[in-house]
Amino acid sequence: MSALYNAIFRNNYTMLGAVFAGAFAFNMGYDTLMNKIWDHINRGRQWKDIRHKYATSEDDE
Amino acid sequence: MLARSCVRPMRAFASARNGAVQITKRAASSSSGSSAESPLRLNIAAAAATAVAAGSVGWYYHLYGNSHAMTPAEEGLHPTKYPWVHEQWLKTFDHQALRRGFQVYREVCSSCHSLSRVPYRSLVGSILTVDEAKALAEENEYDAEPNDQGEIEKRPGKLADYLPSPYPNDEAARFANNGALPPDLSLMVKARHGGCDYIFSLLTGYPDEPPAGAQVGAGLYFNPYFPGTGIAMARVLYNGLVEYEDETPATTSQMAKDVTEFLHWAAEPEMDDRKRMGMKVLVITSVLFAMSVWVKRYKWAWLKSRKIVYDPPKEGQTKIRD
Repeated sequence: MSALYNAIFRNNYTMLGAVFAGAFAFNMGYDTLMNKIWDHINRGRQWKDIRHKYATSEDDE
Repeated sequence: MLARSCVRPMRAFASARNGAVQITKRAASSSSGSSAESPLRLNIAAAAATAVAAGSVGWYYHLYGNSHAMTPAEEGLHPTKYPWVHEQWLKTFDHQALRRGFQVYREVCSSCHSLSRVPYRSLVGSILTVDEAKALAEENEYDAEPNDQGEIEKRPGKLADYLPSPYPNDEAARFANNGALPPDLSLMVKARHGGCDYIFSLLTGYPDEPPAGAQVGAGLYFNPYFPGTGIAMARVLYNGLVEYEDETPATTSQMAKDVTEFLHWAAEPEMDDRKRMGMKVLVITSVLFAMSVWVKRYKWAWLKSRKIVYDPPKEGQTKIRD
């Protein structure tokens, strides 16, 4: 517990850095999770689900 | 003659106005002992005002008859509510249906209706692949930049161009369609009451015969869902009109459903992203709200759970406790 305190909460700049890094990491994780849920709710309905039927080469959008 | 006959009632009105002015004067200065208005003149003014009101109502009915401002026929039949899947909170457009609907628009609707706010680039990644969209854009010619002589040449279309309109302007569209202007369909789902339901009902709601007693104007067709019931567009969707590339049976209702969903996409192409972002926002704000409720209860617990007891002084005890 004191290790955590010394590492993060002791100095303001480490605290601030922890907050920013935590927000960044949480945002990435949350977005990934919610997009997975979204794609599961809408499976088969979105363009990326049907694109392979019409795309001829792999390099185009 | 007419002027002179008009003057006399004007003068009568003027005297009535003077009377009104005197009434207000009297009300304003109640302490002054000026001559009070006779009740007879007030009664005459009230009777005249009532007569003018009644007369104008009677004149209106004489001119316009017993007319209603909005008849059910003018309103149009309200469309049936359909359970559109893509209108649910957490559902995107069915992009296979968008593709079919775009095919219906291109092969059927686009001969009269423009879709002038949709560029080819917005079709990429939602309805067409980039190669298909480029090939489709190149089928049409657009004005190029002026060349060295200042002449504007034609160039093949590219992804940044907008879908071409069938007519050069509204006048040409009216002229070609018996005076009726086929509206632009870009925002039609947002522009009509009922949205998707209305468009679907309109496209599939043409009866084989107009009902008995219905008034259908020259060059118009009967559709109960169209406000006024007389629509200049004939029924266009018939079974098997288009041949879907994904071999979905092209029934009238299937085509109407697909093109309605496509028009909804045209009016609201951001809907998929908007709903996804809305889901994220609702989830995170509900978690944060629950946390804030818990924190508030935690911080207030000592205050909410304390008990204040009144300890009355004992009998005969006069000393105040310190």
